[in-house]
Amino acid sequence: MPSNKQLTDVVMPQLAESLVSATIGKWLKKPGDKVEQYEPICEVITDKVNAEIPSTLDGIMGELLAEEGQEISVGTVICRIETEPTPSAATASGEQPKAEAGQSAGVTTAETTDSSQRHRYSPAVQTLAAEHGIDLRSVPGTGLGGRITRKDVLAFIENGGAGALALAPSTTTAAVPQSVPVQQPQVQVAPGGISADLSRAAFEPVRHSGLHLTETPRIPTIEVEGGDRSEYFIDVTPIRNTIATRMRQSVSEIPHGWMMIEVDVTNLVQLRNKIKDEFKKKEGVNLTYLAFLLKAVVSAIKDYPIMNSVWAVDKIIVKRDINISLAVGTEDSVLTPVIKKADQKNIAGLAREIEDLASKVRAGKLKLDDMQGGTFTVNNTGSFGSILTQPIINYPQAAILTFESIVKKPVVINDMIAVRSMANLCLSLDHRILDGVICGRFMQRVKDNMESYSLDTQVY
Amino acid sequence: MPVMEYIDAIRLAMKEEMERDENVFVLGEDVGVKGGVFTTTKGLQEQFGELRVMDTPLAESAIAGVAIGAAMYGMKPIAEMQYSDFMLPATNQIISEAAKIRYRSNNDWSCPVVVRAPIGGGIFGGLYHSQCPESIFFGTPGLKIVAPYSAYDAKGLLKAAVRDPDPVLFFENKKCYKLIKEDVPEDDYIVPIGKANVLREGTDITVIGYSLPLHFAMQAAAELEAEQGISAHILDLRTIQPLDREAIIESARKTGKVLIVHEDNKTGGVGAEVAAIISEECLFELDAPIQRLCGPDVPAMPISPPMEKFFMLSKDKVKEAMTQLALF
Repeated sequence: MPSNKQLTDVVMPQLAESLVSATIGKWLKKPGDKVEQYEPICEVITDKVNAEIPSTLDGIMGELLAEEGQEISVGTVICRIETEPTPSAATASGEQPKAEAGQSAGVTTAETTDSSQRHRYSPAVQTLAAEHGIDLRSVPGTGLGGRITRKDVLAFIENGGAGALALAPSTTTAAVPQSVPVQQPQVQVAPGGISADLSRAAFEPVRHSGLHLTETPRIPTIEVEGGDRSEYFIDVTPIRNTIATRMRQSVSEIPHGWMMIEVDVTNLVQLRNKIKDEFKKKEGVNLTYLAFLLKAVVSAIKDYPIMNSVWAVDKIIVKRDINISLAVGTEDSVLTPVIKKADQKNIAGLAREIEDLASKVRAGKLKLDDMQGGTFTVNNTGSFGSILTQPIINYPQAAILTFESIVKKPVVINDMIAVRSMANLCLSLDHRILDGVICGRFMQRVKDNMESYSLDTQVY
Repeated sequence: MPVMEYIDAIRLAMKEEMERDENVFVLGEDVGVKGGVFTTTKGLQEQFGELRVMDTPLAESAIAGVAIGAAMYGMKPIAEMQYSDFMLPATNQIISEAAKIRYRSNNDWSCPVVVRAPIGGGIFGGLYHSQCPESIFFGTPGLKIVAPYSAYDAKGLLKAAVRDPDPVLFFENKKCYKLIKEDVPEDDYIVPIGKANVLREGTDITVIGYSLPLHFAMQAAAELEAEQGISAHILDLRTIQPLDREAIIESARKTGKVLIVHEDNKTGGVGAEVAAIISEECLFELDAPIQRLCGPDVPAMPISPPMEKFFMLSKDKVKEAMTQLALF
């Protein structure tokens, strides 16, 4: 059979990048089975893929060289497939050995006769010859083209060939300086490296560049030196650092949306003017417009609870308690103390809370507890004369509302011009949670609440 | 000592470092749920959770940027580039930010990041999965670059890289992943960065290299010793930046005949710098021109198997170069 049939090797292919071997799972063809090109011949298992190996040609399965369960390197023959012999393949394989024989013969002849490199001395050979006072003409060369190699010189010295050593002491001393400067640079490397390490350690604790991060900066107790006539420096206080961090976090994380509505507060102004002096006398605190606004906002949140929520990436957390953070500014900072369960309080109660928190802020007596748990922020920006603001959301809340200055304006009512007390309300919203329609409804509800105050409204 | 594959040694190094220091975390494409396309990070997310083994978007500049930022903040990130070929979008982050921050901030800031990237071809990966980008980063002061050849070194160098206070590029050879198997201690040890390693003592020729081609050099050396009595001295650079100048010079002096091998292309490669060091420091001890056997200066690894074979170094090619140098 082998005389007129030809056996072709099938090798383990590269099944996946980085794989160098694979395990034979199961042979699908047995010796003697007919095999067609691309037909699976065996299953293989690797830690990346399980695959079937297709046949590379038509024929009959000859012998299996790998067993099931055996790990085979990529490129190793796994089986042989019998095919009809092709005449061209037979002649090609017959010609090859001749060519190889011719090549190797050429190499051996060249080696024995060529001495073209006999007088090419390498730097190492010259160095050794000079050090040992060797006449290189007497050293046999075994290198390519009869070249004297470094090893030839060393062997020559070892065999006592360095007889000329005594004759030429002057050449020995002349040769030594050549190698000395070569060695010096390496010796100096080590001490340089050590001193650099030491100086680095000494500098470690000082930090004088970079922006604020999370660490608490030093409290500025002394005026900071530095700068020149055109500028001076202010150290960042811990509170400034906190504000900066929170603001940056809010602006960079929350996609802010913004809207504004105008509210007619004429009735509210009349109501407040009517009762504020008596209220002050009775309660000892000022009855501010802000208290009425808070009541209006809290009632509107009750109707639209989504305003009182937090974005939590895969869900939105809606807070049941309505805790209003009240932005209270001082000369150099802004704080947001919290009125807890604001929905449980009437206007009088809110007015008292506002006064309490504001005085605590000014006296610097806020406790941590006063600052925590806010769910929605209100800022009375009108108190410093603003008529329009674009507030930054108090992270991680969903929205912030500002109450702008009350301004008397001509307003068209029933096609007649009237002078009315108007105020703007601005809302910044977390657009991940809230959209225009819901916020528009919310703001409309706040507006309705504000405009429905009348002389009959009860503050208790 | 258990026998393990190169890839297992890398995985073990990460596991041990993550157990030792909770600031160590891994990020990269498919490193979490999938456990890496080569299974390098397999099982790490199960053990350490998704906050410490993070799947990232397909954005290498972001992977590097996030890792560099976290490192400057005090974390110890191990950023994986799925293939070093994909690393180029991250070069700006690595070269302009990570490498320079200590210098730029007058020593205030540092960036102890490790960037792992598989290099090399011979895995039928073609253009985008076979590159050796060492020469892109090589010669950038501020970066350390290691490229282990053995499984023992892979573990020890990765652990050293994690503990290093500065950015380290860890170029692991993907062909070595399964090819190199050897004894690797399961205990805690490190291989110091910046120290080369003599793999084989010899007197006729010196072979200097790193990563996969040393595997061919070791096989060729064994054959040459047995067949022709040629004794090869082999030096594994292990760290290619900073180069271990003393070890290079010492190895070159040993035989005076130096062959440098690497898979990255010849022009402007690590071998050029090694050759320059030798000619600067020990010209008078050279017995032959310094030889380099490297990848050819062609744009990319071909996908055609015969062409890939032509492109790649092999035992036969290295053996031929070693023989010629020995005969010189």
